Amino acid sequence: MFFASVKLALFILFLLAAASIIGTILPQGEVPGVYSQFYSTTLGLSHNSAQILTKITFQLDLDTMYASWWFRSLILLLSLNLIICTIERLPDVWRLVILDNLDSSLDRIINMRNRRTYTTTLAVKESCEAISAKLKSRGWQTSARDRDGDTLLFAQKAPWSRLGVYVVHTSILMIFVGALIGSIWGQKGSVNIPETLTTDKIYQFGSGAPIDLGFTVKCNWFHLSQYPNGAPKEYESELVIIENGQEILKKTIEVNGPLSYKGWTFYQSSYESHQKFIISVANIGTMTEERFLAPPQQPVRWQTENLLFGIQDLVPTSIPGTYKYKLLIADSKGAQSLYLLDDNQQMTISLADGSKYTFHIKEFYSTGLQVSKDPGVWIVYIGCILMLIGLSVAFFVFHKRIWILVRRENDTTQIFLAGTTNKNKAGFDTEFNALSDTVADINQIEVQ
Amino acid sequence: MDSILLLSLSTFGYLAASGAYLAAFLFKSKKVGLAGTILTALTLLTQTGSLGLRWYESYQIGAGHAPLTNMYESLVFFSWAIASFYLLLEYKFKNKNLGAFAMPFAFIAMAFASSGWVDQNINPLIPALQSNWLIAHVVTCFIGYAAFAVACGIAVMYLIKNNSPKSTGLLSTLPELKVIDDIIHKSMVYGFLWLSAGIITGAIWANSAWGTYWSWDPKETWSLITWFFYAAILHARFTRGWHGSRIAWLAIGGFLSVVFTYYGVNYLLSGLHSYGGQ
Repeated sequence: MFFASVKLALFILFLLAAASIIGTILPQGEVPGVYSQFYSTTLGLSHNSAQILTKITFQLDLDTMYASWWFRSLILLLSLNLIICTIERLPDVWRLVILDNLDSSLDRIINMRNRRTYTTTLAVKESCEAISAKLKSRGWQTSARDRDGDTLLFAQKAPWSRLGVYVVHTSILMIFVGALIGSIWGQKGSVNIPETLTTDKIYQFGSGAPIDLGFTVKCNWFHLSQYPNGAPKEYESELVIIENGQEILKKTIEVNGPLSYKGWTFYQSSYESHQKFIISVANIGTMTEERFLAPPQQPVRWQTENLLFGIQDLVPTSIPGTYKYKLLIADSKGAQSLYLLDDNQQMTISLADGSKYTFHIKEFYSTGLQVSKDPGVWIVYIGCILMLIGLSVAFFVFHKRIWILVRRENDTTQIFLAGTTNKNKAGFDTEFNALSDTVADINQIEVQ
Repeated sequence: MDSILLLSLSTFGYLAASGAYLAAFLFKSKKVGLAGTILTALTLLTQTGSLGLRWYESYQIGAGHAPLTNMYESLVFFSWAIASFYLLLEYKFKNKNLGAFAMPFAFIAMAFASSGWVDQNINPLIPALQSNWLIAHVVTCFIGYAAFAVACGIAVMYLIKNNSPKSTGLLSTLPELKVIDDIIHKSMVYGFLWLSAGIITGAIWANSAWGTYWSWDPKETWSLITWFFYAAILHARFTRGWHGSRIAWLAIGGFLSVVFTYYGVNYLLSGLHSYGGQ
């Protein structure tokens, strides 16, 4: 049947490989101008050909080729091929897995490629026991049956390994199903949350349409750390999930360390600077505290404390892009004083009027989050694990079978050993030879 | 830096080993072949030590990370994996002539790493690269690439033996065609398993960093193209019995796809993976 043929599978695999190349060369998801530019400038074609090719690009969806109808059809065709191949072959393979090998045709056994004959003066029963013990020491568990007066012993290893290849095929289908579920019910978007503020919406990639989360996310703070050369070392945000006014969950996320809640996952992806600073001030005596948002060189007033202060200047440090702050404070009597504060470090300051405050200054950021909901991802992951297990079994575990026919002839016992495997014949030859030497090791035996 | 010096030394170690294996093959000398094995093993040890040293040095300069994060380090690990995989083959198939065809790849990778075209500095990692999945991704991919490189070398060996008049004196020390064919196949099977693991660990890493396990960026797509290609080769062999020169040519073609995925994409196409080219 056409759909079950390996020829078709080979054809689709080569076709998928070849077709996939297009999207790695041709820019994806761009506007028509980019494509005519690509064809005329990058590929050096004439204006007319560039226009025609641009038209074809959009007619065949080459600008979004991995989501196009024809690429998806190829994947669907591969899936059908996999399913039908499996349905057609699995029953036969399953029969081999559960096969009653003690019922095998003696003619077939006698004519196997790997075989050896011995004679012994031991009786049939003793021979069988001696051989079974020897085989057991090598990990082969024998069973026995009387066959027309002779005794047939059989042992096998890993009959289930024949299923490995079907585990791989199933895993590929699972990955496709997981990806399909993700593309139907998944959502991807992003949101910027300024420090201390909240959001209950994110904005869809591409369209920018708002999507309701069904709960609220707050960014308590964002922190950017840098290497001595100024390169970014880590972005971190403390996020709080709030539902019905209750704090449900609090977690500090970083790049490669997201937060998940109710199917949504929040990834730290970027940040935005606003050229403003958060000044947190606390009166040590009265334990009152307040936060102020201040651009540089603009004084802010804490009315209830009758305090006026502001960042007079930013002093660059040795790390590019980081600052210390010159903080100018006027106390309740108007006496001015100047302090140098490190970034993100608290400083205790005693003023001339006798009051005592702690000051803390950091830059005001918005955290940039990528947000996604992908109900298919676990199916994809299980598919991936199954694929690795299936490949290991399909490649490195073999179904090995051995038969021993024990027959009394006149005054001696004839022992006939044969074996076969489904893969790695060369490796099995070596193993079979070692095994037949083990059998030759029993008492009073002669190798023929 | 000390580790870079030691690693440059291993370039010469692999050159000497390749030379010894080639001489052993051409002059049918068992002693020279043994020298090749000893040189390979010693260089591999030196390289292992210098990778450890480079790891230590990265902590000294405050950039602490495993030495598996840029083009230079991946090339070093690639040659390390080729030498390891080759020694395994030599041990299993007891034929030192394989070295004449496999070990030059370890030398070429190291020579390219040390050539000055590649930045050899230890750089601190940007946030996206700070993940254990990155380590798993690089290790699995490059073990796979190494196996494919060796398969390609042995395929060349097959084609030379196959296209020469029978029982030429020189080629008699090479394994039988049937055995060479088996080595090519086994190397590709091994590489395919590791490439699969490499693509999977990369996808998991991307998902933990960006929330998307697959985004069809050129590097990802090319790794998948390579995967499709080898999948097709393995099916052709398993179910249609392809073997011999046909498989040997495909093993060479597959490795070209690997080289493009590894190197070509960084320079000819643009995408997410740009840091792999630094």
